[in-house]
Amino acid sequence: MAQVTDTHKHSNEDAGHHGVGHIVSPKILIANTIALLVLTVITVAVAKIDFMEYNIHELNMIVALGVAVVKASLVCLFFMHLYWDRPFNGFVLVGSIAFVALFMVLAMMDTSEYRSDIVPGDSRGVVERINAAEQRYAPGSTP
Amino acid sequence: MTTSTHHAHDHPPHLAHHWETPQQQFDAGKLGMWLFLATEVLFFGGLFVGYSVWRGNDPELFQYGSRFLDTNMGALNTAILILSSMTMAMAVTFAQQSKQKALVICLVLTVLGGAGFMVIKYFEYTHKFHDGLFAGPAFYNGPPDPTKAHLWDPSLPVVTQEQLIAARMAAATTPPPPADATDAQPLTAQRSAIAPPQAGPSGLNLHANRASHDSHGKHDLLHPLQDPHRPVNAHVFFTIYYLMTGLHGIHVLVGMGVIGWLAVRAMKGHFNSEYFTPVDLVGLYWHVVDLVWIFLFPLFYLIH
Repeated sequence: MAQVTDTHKHSNEDAGHHGVGHIVSPKILIANTIALLVLTVITVAVAKIDFMEYNIHELNMIVALGVAVVKASLVCLFFMHLYWDRPFNGFVLVGSIAFVALFMVLAMMDTSEYRSDIVPGDSRGVVERINAAEQRYAPGSTP
Repeated sequence: MTTSTHHAHDHPPHLAHHWETPQQQFDAGKLGMWLFLATEVLFFGGLFVGYSVWRGNDPELFQYGSRFLDTNMGALNTAILILSSMTMAMAVTFAQQSKQKALVICLVLTVLGGAGFMVIKYFEYTHKFHDGLFAGPAFYNGPPDPTKAHLWDPSLPVVTQEQLIAARMAAATTPPPPADATDAQPLTAQRSAIAPPQAGPSGLNLHANRASHDSHGKHDLLHPLQDPHRPVNAHVFFTIYYLMTGLHGIHVLVGMGVIGWLAVRAMKGHFNSEYFTPVDLVGLYWHVVDLVWIFLFPLFYLIH
């Protein structure tokens, strides 16, 4: 073990550091920052387009979240050194996101089970009262 | 390169006894930080799930509420956090290269970035507080001081939640006028049980709220409490907005404190190419704060 450490240390002294961690050059960091700022400008510009008018529903949200995922990946890979880091650290992060995704999928599945009871924008009580009122005008019933 | 001779073997002063090598100590510390960051992802994850459930059920609420947020302020804050993430990443690089002065400058710039973010957030929050756009039931109390409110129009009446509900019910239950006056069909056969889109609950007409407003002109906004087109339970948007941006803001404040502590230690020369673990680990935390904002920004500010 000691022998391995020594070789490791000496080989890195030439490179000017101890060999713990990876040094990311400021050039890469600046390039990454510019990419993130450009993506921010793009996502704000796209948000001003109303895709609803072109009948492409939900595209605004898909683009906004798609850009956010790309930006998040750039931050993780280069600012957080995951590109060069031990894969297990990335595995911990991806694992935590996977569990949030599991939580979200199950919660949304459960919610969608009850969606038929909900009129968007209204609470449950309102729906019941509207249904009760509508019942009085239902075809075949005597007002 | 500092080498210590107070042990029998070559042993850097920062290496704790229970580690074999600096590499092992560093990797263990970094793994510990990543495990903490995983709990942070789960912490915010719960709120993101809550957001998804509410938005899935009531997309109208989020379309409506988002118009009360200033996209320019949000975009500026995004840029500030990205730049402060860059200075933090630079700080790690300079610590690894034993560049003391550059390290201190980058840490101070990072704290200033966090401060800039919080100042803008302070202006955003106080602007909403003046208009009485609070979380929860306080939303329905209106502006605390109407003279300071920006959207409040004293000449307009307040539309209560009960009135909104009553209007919805009336719209849903009023029989539509007969299509043709000479139509001999009995009334009950003509009418559908489904309310006409223009008058029905907001979910049936996607443009119901937009009809009275220009979609880009903030100055055309009515105060929510005076807006007869506001969705029922409009306060829900502001509740989740304050919960998520508030928790994020607390993380920014904590980050500023810890990075300030790093700056003081860096001035004392505690960090160099052999020992920079605290700078690296706090940097990871600061990037997670940036990551959360990267998702909060489109989810609240960029809803069309």
